Amino acid sequence: MSEFFAGKYWQTFLEVLPTIPMETWDTIYSTVLSTALALVIGLPLGVLLVAGEKGGVLPLPKWVMTLLNGFINLLRSIPFLILMIMVIPLSRLIVGTSIGTKAAIVPLVIASFPFVARLIETSLREVDGGVIEAAQSMGATPFQIITKVMIPESLPSLVSNITIAATTILGYGAMAGIIGGGGLGKVAINYGYYRFNWILEYFATALLVVLVQVMQSVGTRLAVRCDKRLR
Amino acid sequence: MIEIRHLTKRFEGKNGTVVALQDINLTIRDGDIYGIIGMSGAGKSTLVRCINMLERPEEGSVTVGGKAMESLTPAQLRAERREITMIFQQFNLLMQRTCLKNICFPMELSGTPKAQAEQRAKELLELVGLPDKANAYPAQLSGGQKQRIAIARALATDPKVLLCDEATSALDPNTTHAILQLIQKINRELGITVVVITHQMSVVEEICNNVAILDGGKVVEEGPVAEIFSHPKSDAAKRLVFPSGAPHGGAIPGRRCVRVAFNGSATTDKPLVASLALECQAMVSILAADTRQVHGQTLGSMLLALPEDADGARRALAYIAEYPGISYEEVEA
Ligand SMILES: Nc1ncnc2c1ncn2[C@@H]1O[C@H](COP(=O)(O)OP(=O)(O)O)[C@@H](O)[C@H]1O
Ligand SMILES: [Mg+2]
Repeated sequence: MSEFFAGKYWQTFLEVLPTIPMETWDTIYSTVLSTALALVIGLPLGVLLVAGEKGGVLPLPKWVMTLLNGFINLLRSIPFLILMIMVIPLSRLIVGTSIGTKAAIVPLVIASFPFVARLIETSLREVDGGVIEAAQSMGATPFQIITKVMIPESLPSLVSNITIAATTILGYGAMAGIIGGGGLGKVAINYGYYRFNWILEYFATALLVVLVQVMQSVGTRLAVRCDKRLR
Repeated sequence: MIEIRHLTKRFEGKNGTVVALQDINLTIRDGDIYGIIGMSGAGKSTLVRCINMLERPEEGSVTVGGKAMESLTPAQLRAERREITMIFQQFNLLMQRTCLKNICFPMELSGTPKAQAEQRAKELLELVGLPDKANAYPAQLSGGQKQRIAIARALATDPKVLLCDEATSALDPNTTHAILQLIQKINRELGITVVVITHQMSVVEEICNNVAILDGGKVVEEGPVAEIFSHPKSDAAKRLVFPSGAPHGGAIPGRRCVRVAFNGSATTDKPLVASLALECQAMVSILAADTRQVHGQTLGSMLLALPEDADGARRALAYIAEYPGISYEEVEA
């Protein structure tokens, strides 16, 4: 038994353990920040995807819509692993380095904002056309319809979909460990995958699982709570 | 006054062009309750949506209070839409807002200060009879209550015209009656011109003064309700007035029969068939009847078989000829 505890894996585990809270924090931090930034870009795009189409509240020229859709589909079709490598120069440019938690935020945002835009689009499409028409009949401007009708009316769905985005970004963030991103993904890959330390691999993964569970249940609860259609 | 002139609206669809409205001409007086009735697909919603330019007509003009709606700039149109508000079959309330906030919504759009808007919203809740629902959400209301909130919301910007697109079609008969009473009260007390779109005769009968019958995108008949409903001329009007078919056939061979049309005089206090029996001892039998009450007047028609003896038949016919408020014709079997 003492031999088991004296094993080099356990020794490393105990050495690494004090850094785990910091790595967990890095994972949370990069997930939240990336989700927020992806939302900053994805929300307006998602709005344009719905409002800009023919018969929408702010119809845009057809070529603009084709370009927008094509651009989003293009970014979404690049596998994350490859995209991460492709944007390394960009990360250097923006963050000053291509290594670390902060640097990983650049590929995370680029990979996730098109996905977020599609999720926002799906949510906004759920808004009843009759309600939008009612707002138009009361003299609402397109901007007022977007900010006072489309977004507030689809809020529960938006919250659910943003939760999905955040959990997906958390997964991507773990993958970023491969190219030097920080956080729990880095721990699992560096110690578990490269050095066969199964203890750290499973431990870091278990923490990621717990984070996803917590995020998902908070998101679900929020979505239910803000939905006034339920009695 | 709402003046609709030569209004034509087409929709380009996959299966060619649908002419939803064709050369519509209507004049709706201020303070009127004007009904537009027609079967499903007749173009009623398209017509009412052309009044506030939610739908752009291809040809023709819509003038409301002297303003040509189709030539307004977007900003002018938005301002005008505060004067011409609308209620819908599906209520179209904001489900994530309380009733009070729903009523505040149009005032919020026009930049009314919040406190003032809420004050007005409370008054309107009072007017529509739901003062205790300020903080309820639409999902917690019944259909009739939702429509009351929608009406309050439509009144928030002090409109001159209220457009009602099938506003009672999703409601049960009792609730329909209550909502129609409310609309009538608004018309009387606030002097708002009301345009009522419906496929139900009973709605027009209950509150409208004038009516246009829309069929296949055209106005086939137009005028005061009692007049149109007592002498339906077009097939569309007849179909609406006598949904089960006008009392046509059914005359008995070898027996003299008359069709009596009630033209809307107050005949109710002196029933024709009973008077025939009592005052001229003529026993007629009712072969078919489809009569209704509109604004306290009897409308519709009856098919009567006259007494078998020639003398009785002659007496009955003479009596009918003298009877006030009806017209008649003899019909062959
Ligand atoms: N947006 C649209 N696109 C194509 N056709 C339409 C559209 N709106 C209405 N129509 C057609 O116009 C006709 C009249 O429709 P509508 O005004 O909704 O009738 P109603 O309200 O009397 O039932 C129908 O044939 C309908 O299919
Ligand atoms: Mg309709």
